[in-house]
Amino acid sequence: MKVVLQNLTKKFPARGKKNHGDVIAVNNFTFEIPDGKLVGLLGPSGCGKSTMLNLISGLLKPTSGKILFGDDDVTELPAEHRGIGLVFQNYALYPHLTVRQNILFPLQNLKGKDKLSKEAMEKKVVDAAKLVQIEELMDRKPGELSGGQQQRVAIARALVKMPKVLLLDEPLSNLDARLRLQTREEIRRIQKETGITTVFVTHDQEEAMSISDQIVLMKDGVLQQLGRSQEVYDNPANLFVAKFLGTPPINIFSGNVSDGKLYIGKDAVLNTSGVPNMEVYVGIRPEGFLLSENGSLCCAMGGVEVMGRDISIVSMNEASLNFSIRSIISSDSKVDENAAFVHFDLKPNKVLLFDKKTEKRITF
Amino acid sequence: MEDYKKTPKKPLRIITYALLALWAIVVLFPFYWMLLTSVKSYSSYNSEYIPKFFTLSPTLQNYADAFTSVPLGRYLLNTLIFTVITTAIMLIVITLAAFAFARLEFKGKNIVFVIFLSLMMIPNELVVITNFVTITNWDMRNSFPGLILPSITSVFYIYLLKENFEQIPDNLYYAAKVDGTSDLKYLLRVMVPISKPTLVTITILKVIECWNSYVWPRLITDDENYFLVSNGIQEIREKGFGRENIPAMMAAVVVISVPLIILFLVFRKKIMEGVSRGGTKG
Amino acid sequence: MFKKFFKNSNLKSWLYLLPAIIFLGIFMVYPLIDVFVYSFEEGYNSASQTYFGTGTYNYSYILHDPYFLQAVKNTFILVIITVPLSTGIALLISLGLTSIQRFRSLLQTIYFLPYVTNTLAVGLVFMILFKKTAYSDGLINMLLSLFGGDTVDFIEGPYWAKMFVLCFYTVWVVLPFKILILTSALSSVNPVYYNAARVDGTSKFRTFIRITLPMISPMIFYLIITGFIGAFKAYSDVVALFGTDLNAAEMNTIVGYVYDMLYGDSGGYPSYASAAAILLFAIVLTITCINLLVSKKNVHYS
Repeated sequence: MKVVLQNLTKKFPARGKKNHGDVIAVNNFTFEIPDGKLVGLLGPSGCGKSTMLNLISGLLKPTSGKILFGDDDVTELPAEHRGIGLVFQNYALYPHLTVRQNILFPLQNLKGKDKLSKEAMEKKVVDAAKLVQIEELMDRKPGELSGGQQQRVAIARALVKMPKVLLLDEPLSNLDARLRLQTREEIRRIQKETGITTVFVTHDQEEAMSISDQIVLMKDGVLQQLGRSQEVYDNPANLFVAKFLGTPPINIFSGNVSDGKLYIGKDAVLNTSGVPNMEVYVGIRPEGFLLSENGSLCCAMGGVEVMGRDISIVSMNEASLNFSIRSIISSDSKVDENAAFVHFDLKPNKVLLFDKKTEKRITF
Repeated sequence: MEDYKKTPKKPLRIITYALLALWAIVVLFPFYWMLLTSVKSYSSYNSEYIPKFFTLSPTLQNYADAFTSVPLGRYLLNTLIFTVITTAIMLIVITLAAFAFARLEFKGKNIVFVIFLSLMMIPNELVVITNFVTITNWDMRNSFPGLILPSITSVFYIYLLKENFEQIPDNLYYAAKVDGTSDLKYLLRVMVPISKPTLVTITILKVIECWNSYVWPRLITDDENYFLVSNGIQEIREKGFGRENIPAMMAAVVVISVPLIILFLVFRKKIMEGVSRGGTKG
Repeated sequence: MFKKFFKNSNLKSWLYLLPAIIFLGIFMVYPLIDVFVYSFEEGYNSASQTYFGTGTYNYSYILHDPYFLQAVKNTFILVIITVPLSTGIALLISLGLTSIQRFRSLLQTIYFLPYVTNTLAVGLVFMILFKKTAYSDGLINMLLSLFGGDTVDFIEGPYWAKMFVLCFYTVWVVLPFKILILTSALSSVNPVYYNAARVDGTSKFRTFIRITLPMISPMIFYLIITGFIGAFKAYSDVVALFGTDLNAAEMNTIVGYVYDMLYGDSGGYPSYASAAAILLFAIVLTITCINLLVSKKNVHYS
């Protein structure tokens, strides 16, 4: 089932002082989640992504705008009637119930024609448990499970009633690094097997990019960009998106375009024909640097970090807005760590220009 | 997440408020009634076969009577003395003991502490009998020492304070030791100030307990000069004011109740927090 | 290097503990042993402090004393009525309190007032509210007759009427503590569980039964245990309502019996008092153990 958000806005009355305006957590949001896809909702903390999730779940009511599940307008429908599954950040497993009782809980709420027989419920519970591979833990209490196991139970509980939409709120943030990797593949697998439209909230860009069909980036309640991970990475719509995606982060320089050439400091580094003369921010991905003795960009050598397959050169340039520039070069290259300067050529497709005033992307 | 409050819940909310208001009235009404009765004149009170809910001619005469025809001032003063001395000595005793348990190292500490803890389960009723005999034998009936001595230690408060002391980082103690601070000085200069909130809570709880204590004072005093307010009010009820002067009786009740109510309204947060941490009545 | 500090500290530590140990020793440990001794000393004379012999006569005496049996009966009735009733009402009120926004703090303050009042003093107010005298039927009787009921003297009238006032006053007195504890227990339930239940379409009632109640069960259980212990020790509220001569009023409690045996017009029998106190302690201990056993099955501790 596809999920459509139309001009969705959520304002919270400002707490405390009365004269302050409302806090706008979600601002005029419009996008569509295609049927059966996994969408990663991504943004820095406080950007409104959890509010967004609560709006979709129906725990919060939008100030204006519409939410559609398929063709049905569910805007006025509270959470209990939307038929969604929600996995909470800290799982919200009922601590006094066993795993089996936790998974069974949503089914026991069904009334009228939806009511299930005991056997049918039991079968569904077992199926859900199998799907997340926790059959052997059924009679334990949540307190006796590891974080990863609790996570699976939470997913099973969300899935057991066959929700139209599955919502996951920072589902991996309470797991350690190794489990996180494993669990996110697991989530991907379960989502593919069930084909349930899924929204996944996270502040971790790597997490979002690796498992989502699409990512949605938001900042201060405003949609910044949406698209497939690689697309968004390669073609960020603005400076924020460029900075938010990628590890190590993109290097930002202050530069200007003059007569079809891009200047960083005094160095003309690239041909940018078609771009009018203007002040720009230049974003260069770490992998966009090529070591070259006669390279056009000259930086003061800071140091070399060996990372195995690659090496990372740390250097300085007056035009750089970060303290140091980080570039990633194949370890085959020879670098003289003791040299005073290092020269780079740039890969044109890894260099991104942004208008200094609007911070919007300028293509060339 | 108070959104989506659906309309059919409105009746429920009205019922909720109605029930809460009803209980508020049940709680407040006795207070209103005692205030009201205390300002009705003796003759008008006794002429009301059906009690009136208000009075048009309030009088303070009952308060004057309460202080003159029975020694209400004496009761109040006694209670004040009893409360202040008991609380003060108790604070010293429990602070020293809690410090020893929390901070000092000595042989037998654990076993002594376990014995202390097990004493928490002993109901007062069980020990009051012997204490009564003890105090009588010591010739301390009708005296402040007799009233005060048995209630100046509280295992529970030692426990509460010890828990609090233990939260103070060890490093502070070692730092003070390196600076040559004595244990006692450390206790007074560092631990007591840091634990002030808990000490205040304990003080308030103890003051409430002292102000309302009835059983022990009743056993140990039969001389009116040593009555506390609870015994005083019982005495007034049985003998005072020629028995039927209820307005004057209520004036006395108001005078006795007011100090604690003021204390409560001033320290509302502290008291409620303190009680929820560790107090049942009595 | 810290060892040096502790070198002398054994003796010093005991000095810090000394006041507490002295007072607890004299007024708690010694009496605790002594009360058992008393309870087995037969024919103790408090004037000469002598006794004839040892045995269980004191126990058998009080067990055959109609006043004691009356006191036991009264105490049990009081306990059985007020403990469930007050816990239930407190739970209802706390649920109400946590569901509202406005006036919450004001109501909480009001509900707590009885805790800080002098039981004896306010008991007097209850007495005049319920009492029927030659001059006036009293306020409660006035309300009763307003609704077409018969007037009755609740203070010196029939047994059930007196028991009613006693239970009512007891509930009034113990409720503040219970409301306080339950309100804070309810507000400490993580709201995320309620959200989870809502997403699953759980009805309000089911949410309460399956989620709220189990989660606050340790606190409810705590209140039931302390409630039992407190109610078994009822005394000063009874005195407040019915005066000090409780045997005559048929309203005595076990604790009241203990004190009456010890002191006052009927006093001077510390051996009987001790035996009664020990029986009370045994009853309370038994009930508490039963409570603990029951709770093991039904209380969820996180």
